[in-house]
Formats: sequence, C-alpha cells, structure tokens
Amino acid sequence: MASPGKSAAVKAPEPPAELVREPLVLNNRSLGWITNAIAGVCEKPMPIWWWPAFIVSVGGMLTMFSLIAYLVSTGVGVWGLNHPAAWAWDITNFVFWIGIGHAGTLISAVLFLLRQKWRTSVNRAAEAMTIFAVACAGIFPVFHTGRVWFALLPGYLFPAPNANEIWPQFRSPLLWDVFAVSTYGTVSLLFWYVGLIPDLATLRDRSKGLMRRFFYGLFSLGWTGSNRHWSNYEKAYLLLAGLSTPLVLSVHSIVSFDFAVSVVPGWHTTIFPPYFVAGAIFSGFGMVLTLLIPLRSLFKLEDVITLRHVELMCKVLLATGSIVGYAYGMEFFIAWYGGSPYELYAFKNRAFGPYWWSYWAMISCNVISPHFFWFKKLRTSVLFVWIVSIFVNIGMWFERFVIIVTSLHRDYLPSSWGYFTPSWVDVMTFVGSFGLFMTLFLLFIRFLPVIAISEVKGVTPQADPHHPLGGAKGHH
Amino acid sequence: MSSNRSKPHGLLAEFHTAADIFEAAMRCRDAGFTKWDVYTPFPIHGMDEAMGLRKSPVGWFTFCGGFTGFFTGMTMIWYMNKFDYPLVVGGKPLFTPLFAFPVSYEMTILLSAFGTLFGMFFLNQLPKFYNPLFKNERFKKSTDDRFFICIEATDPKFGTDATRTFLTEKCHAAVVELVED
Repeated sequence: MASPGKSAAVKAPEPPAELVREPLVLNNRSLGWITNAIAGVCEKPMPIWWWPAFIVSVGGMLTMFSLIAYLVSTGVGVWGLNHPAAWAWDITNFVFWIGIGHAGTLISAVLFLLRQKWRTSVNRAAEAMTIFAVACAGIFPVFHTGRVWFALLPGYLFPAPNANEIWPQFRSPLLWDVFAVSTYGTVSLLFWYVGLIPDLATLRDRSKGLMRRFFYGLFSLGWTGSNRHWSNYEKAYLLLAGLSTPLVLSVHSIVSFDFAVSVVPGWHTTIFPPYFVAGAIFSGFGMVLTLLIPLRSLFKLEDVITLRHVELMCKVLLATGSIVGYAYGMEFFIAWYGGSPYELYAFKNRAFGPYWWSYWAMISCNVISPHFFWFKKLRTSVLFVWIVSIFVNIGMWFERFVIIVTSLHRDYLPSSWGYFTPSWVDVMTFVGSFGLFMTLFLLFIRFLPVIAISEVKGVTPQADPHHPLGGAKGHH
Repeated sequence: MSSNRSKPHGLLAEFHTAADIFEAAMRCRDAGFTKWDVYTPFPIHGMDEAMGLRKSPVGWFTFCGGFTGFFTGMTMIWYMNKFDYPLVVGGKPLFTPLFAFPVSYEMTILLSAFGTLFGMFFLNQLPKFYNPLFKNERFKKSTDDRFFICIEATDPKFGTDATRTFLTEKCHAAVVELVED
C-alpha cells in the first residue's frame, strides 16, 4: 500500500464527472496487489484445467510433427494440392498465422507510439501470441517445398551460393518474404524480451525455488530497476516501438506481394498491401480476444484486463472489419471497372463458382459479424464478444483460402481448370498447428507473467509523483 | 554477514511513495552527489530531470545498426545478382535499388533492433549478475512496491554519518541501511 496516511490528508480538486476516465486498473488496487495478482499466476501451481488443456495441445503438436515427418519422407503429394492449385492449405495457413501475429506488434508498438495506455494490460500476452503465431506460420512455407533440405540449403532461401555457385535471386517477392518474416519473428522476440526483463527481475526477487531463482535470475540479467538503467531502457523501448511500427506494416505488405506481383487474375491488384494489413490486424485482435477473455476470468484478472479493454478491442475489430469489408467491395468494383474479362470472371467465380460456400463463409464472418459491435451492450457482453472473435478467426482463414484457391483453380486456360480438395494430412497438419500454438501459450502462462507488471504499475495514479495517490502533498 | 574487514558499498534509503522518492532525488541532485542512483519498480515520469541525467544515447546505436543494415542489404544484392554471378531472370535488370529495397529495408530494421538492444545492454552494463544491493533483503521490494536511493561510498561527498542524517532528515527516508560490498 502506498502510504495511506499521507494521501488521506490531501483533497485534490475533483474534475467534472464527464471528464473522468475509467481507471485502467479497477478498484484502486495498490502496487503490491498488482505484483501479487500477476506474478501469482505463474507462481502458484496451475489450476486443474491447465493439465487436460496442455495434454490435448501437446497431442496436437505431436500430430503435426509426425505428419510433417510423413510429408518429408513421402513427398508433398500427401497434401491435396496439385496443378492448378499448387498453393492451397499450406500458404493459406501461413498467411492465416502470420496475420494473427500482427495484433501483438500493433498493440505493443503502434498503440505505444499513440500513447494508448490501455495497451499495458494486454501487450504481453498479445506479443507472446505473435511470436507463437509466427512460429506456426514459418512451418508451412518451409515444408511446402517438399524436399525441405533443398529449401534450407544455401542458394534458395539463404543468401549463399548453391551447388552451381548461383546466388538466390532478389527480384522475387518470395525472397523478400523470407527476409520480412524472419526479421519480424526476430524483432518481435527482442521486443518481447526487452519488455520482460523488469518483470523477470520481479519474479527473481519473489521466487523461492532454486530452479526458478536461477532461471529468472539468469534471464533478468541482474536488473535492479536503477533509474540510470530505466532511462536507457525506456529510450530503447521507444526506439523498438518505432522500428516495429513500419516493420509490422511492411511484413503483411510483403506477404501480399507474394500474390500481387504475379499475373494471376484475382491476385494482381494494387489494393492488396493495405487490405492485407487491415485483415491481419482484424484477425490478430480476434485471436487476442479469443485468448484473453478466458484468461482474465480463469485467473481473476478482471481488475487489470477490464471490460473497457475488451470494449476498446471490439472497436478495433469494428474499424478493421469495416476496412476489410470495403476492400472486398472495392475488389469487385475494380474487377468490373478495370474491364479485364479474366479479372471479372475470377471474382464472379469466387462468389458463385464451385467455392461459393467459402466466399460466403468469409463474408458472413468478416463483413457481418464485426458490425454487432456498434452496440455498447454487445461490446460489453464478454461471452458474445468471445463468440464473435471466434467467427473472426474462422472468417479470416476463409479469406486466405478464397484468395489463394479460388484464384488458382481457374485462371486463363479453361483446359487446365481443376478443383482442390484437402487430404486428411492437410487437415490434421493445420489442426496440429493449433496444438503447437496452444502448447507454447500454455507454457507461457505457466512460467512467465501474462501481463506486463512494471508497465501496468506505471499507468496507475500511485506511480505519478504529482498525484495524491502517488503521495503528492497538494499544491502542484 | 558483516565483518570488520568488509567495506561499505553505500547507504540504501527506502521510500514508500513515488512523490517521496521524487523529492528525495531532487534533494540528492542538489546536494551534489554523483555516485548515486534511484531504484524503482517502474520508470517514474520526470525522474531523469529530477536526478539531472543527460538524455540517453541509445539512439546512436540504433542509427549505426540501421545504417549498416541498409547498406549491407543493398551491397549484398548488388554483389550477388549483378557482380558475382549475373543471371537474367524474367528480362529484369540485374540490379536496381527498387527490387533491392524490400530486403534492405528489412535488414535496416533488423540491425537497428539489434543495435538498440545491445546498445542498451552496453550502456547499462548488463548482464551484471553480482550486485552488492542484492544482499539486502529489503531491496527485493524494489521490483515490487518500494522505492530506493543508494548513495555509494565512493562518492566524494559520502560520509557514513553525515549522509545517513541527510537521507533521514532532509529526504525523509523511511529506513536507511548500510550495504556492504
């Protein structure tokens, strides 16, 4: 408790009621309470539900790895893709996972630069989600090459000459993508780790067990909370946020170049970069809500991840969902207005061709569902928000499926048209990637603070030396 | 535990509120101490000015990293695709900064981020696993909800008794303890 005796003596002038913002931490919790509530999650033994969830997730993860072993030992033919749809679930899953990753960096970097203080309660979990989603994303493009040792050997992905002394060729957006995604994964990890250092020090100072003390001590690097350190730390954090902002916008733009730079009808459009970025943020916030709504109630963190946080994230869903809906409409308009019969056919085929069901699944999940959030009553009903967030995840998977498969399966030459059906290996590898994602996320809950402790403390009134709750004595 | 031979590291003063430590920091700055520091569980807004610290130079490390990254990217692509093994693909030029830009841009960000991180570690002298302050039990609260000032014994203005009086009476510290090296 921050010296109640001193603050009780002071009467600060009350601002008018309509100007009072809802506090970021409810019930006027003390600094010590924040430490106990958040550090307590990973210090106490995990609740009983954690174990079945973990076992199922590990099962999914192992399924995915065994199916990848099957793929590598047999060939890419075990997946359903073939000509004309040489990219199908693999690249759909890649774009799906990398898109989910975008919310973490958006929350941690863009909202930091915009001084949106509410981000402090959700950025840690969102960044963790980003890193785990990027890990899931990376698997698909690597293994869709089939003979993966060729992809990983010099000359294809990495800038080193191959057996014929030929270098990778940098005119291809696929190679840009390698650099974009690997940079994104690395920088997200660095940013996450920098944010973790002070909290790892908190855990080090609280933990009793030898193992925990050793590892938290090792990774907190001897952090003391010295202000000379904070000064450099805050500057570094600001710079990393400044670097991550153009990074997050560039990554999904470059992912969209994989399609937009080609000449396939339905892919060759200039709207792709902003449309992909908005979609990525939309899907990422969907996943953040899917994960955090159960987390806040299972661990009783409602005072830190408040209803206001949920509501604000719903507004982000509404805004980005509207951009995505606009992009769908604009694509159709340009297909007609552009006057190319192939382009127009590609879009007619999307909505009314053999994959009509995936198109309308996408439209109902992405265009209709976010518009419920115009209503405050629905934004503040956590169960409803959670259900809609799952629809957003489903819709965004379908969006990538629609873009990739419906464009490829019928392009210029009707004689080479075809229909793609996934094999069971396709389906189970994708399901298994959720196992990997959830395994990593559950381990994160088990060992690391799910909310940025020091950052949340920093936005409380107790942290402000000029606020009565921070101990200020009137006149300021 | 203390023995006669151990040297003092400094005096550690504990405070209970952000306002208390903020004022104490200004007093320490004005008293002319140089080897001292404030320890807080979160960065306190305005503390750098209260302590009289100069602006953090981390940005220079970021700049050097970014500069290196951009030129490494451009040079790498030029060397590989135009100089060492020119190979025409799709009738496109062997090198232009245009197609080399996305990769160079990512390299800029990657090396800037590494520059920032390692620059911060270098300036803060981290990792540093031994610190005399860790021997103090109270100091564990510096990552929870307490605020500390440590004036080190190597400070030219340091005198165990005088500084203790200064911290208790002028700065209104709740507790002042001697920490040994």
